[in-house]
Amino acid sequence: MSKVRKLEETVAMIPDGAVLMIGGFMGVGTPPRLIEELLRQGKRDLTVIANDTARPTVGIGRLVSAKAVRKVIASHIGTNSETQRQMIAGETMVELVPQGTLAERVRAGGFGLGGVLTPTGVGTVVEDGKPRIELDGTVYLLEKALKADFALIAAKRADYLGNLEYALTARNFNPLMAMAAGTVIVEAEDIVPVGVIPPDSVVTPNVLVDCLVAKEHRHG
Amino acid sequence: MDEKTLIARRVALELRAGNLVNLGIGLPTMVAAHLPAGVDVFFQSENGIVGMAPVPEPGAENEDLSDAGGSPIGAVPGAASFDSAMSFGLIRGGHLDVTVLGGLQVDEEGRLANWMVPGKMVPGMGGAMDLVSGAKRVIVAMQHSAKGTPKIVKRCELPLTSVRRVDLIVTDLAVIEPTDKGLVLRETAPGVTVADVLAQTGAELIVPADVPVMPIG
Repeated sequence: MSKVRKLEETVAMIPDGAVLMIGGFMGVGTPPRLIEELLRQGKRDLTVIANDTARPTVGIGRLVSAKAVRKVIASHIGTNSETQRQMIAGETMVELVPQGTLAERVRAGGFGLGGVLTPTGVGTVVEDGKPRIELDGTVYLLEKALKADFALIAAKRADYLGNLEYALTARNFNPLMAMAAGTVIVEAEDIVPVGVIPPDSVVTPNVLVDCLVAKEHRHG
Repeated sequence: MDEKTLIARRVALELRAGNLVNLGIGLPTMVAAHLPAGVDVFFQSENGIVGMAPVPEPGAENEDLSDAGGSPIGAVPGAASFDSAMSFGLIRGGHLDVTVLGGLQVDEEGRLANWMVPGKMVPGMGGAMDLVSGAKRVIVAMQHSAKGTPKIVKRCELPLTSVRRVDLIVTDLAVIEPTDKGLVLRETAPGVTVADVLAQTGAELIVPADVPVMPIG
């Protein structure tokens, strides 16, 4: 059964205050139509879990600029002066997480683990308030798993069932986030008949995907 | 030769054929253009690729292929792309031979601070903490001082990137190796004296009897 849905109805499922994981790295691999529709519907008080907030006019940065975001959990906001301004002014909460730790926290959330042990951040401000665990002579931090209400995913190609392929560096956090959210919404550049994507090429299996939206195409 | 090119050329001499190498944004990125002849390495970008290369020609950009700063890149034949967990598995899991990063401060214990200036600049650590914690070899490439203020200091005042001791510091004045005993002055830049280096360093330096000039023609 096809999972292709209307953009407006799909995004309407997301309530104000929802926790969103959004794929992408500096906007590459961030679903543009889903971001656009979140803005159009005027969502508020979102928590966004993502690698970065890109730039003020790009990708997730557009949500920050529109004051749609209450809290950001990210590894990097250095390329977005507006996120930094809102954080310093106390308008938006920002939790900075080392990038590899963020990836593993999301992965743990999707893989049924409570968290991960990582040496990254030991002895730095990242350690504050976290359990330190020594195993076989190495010190690790216990970093808790992350989950979200919705994951907004950008894929290169989907079939109508929701099997997904990604492209190059636009893959980044997308397959991890597609595992870690209650509802998974995918914006695909192409949506093809079932069977076109060979099983070995599927990165995200269709059972994880709830809704598919096609990336905008210009015809004619 | 300007100072940044000097640093990039000296760092490039540290790379060996077949290495997997991650270059930070900014000055470290310049290292790729100065590899010695015959030294082929694979460059990793933490957004998920091994085998990054410059965009082959104007117009050949691909919107799905960028570096960690979001700028378009190319890829060498034999490149591989993957998700962020794999990318940091390569970094943290001991599969990355060399990481080259910029620095704000390095201290006598060889500890690097390079991700924030409290109250002024809070960009976030991105991949830096994982890179410094996990790479087999960490090379800091930076100016020796910032507007006259030494960046090599007794103890970092800025928040640390990692407590791991970095392996080498390459600046426009010197090559310095952090060791168990402290910071050892290994080389000076062409035209720079040991006294010049000491005058612009805020930490104790161990100066061997023989300090050669950087082997850069």
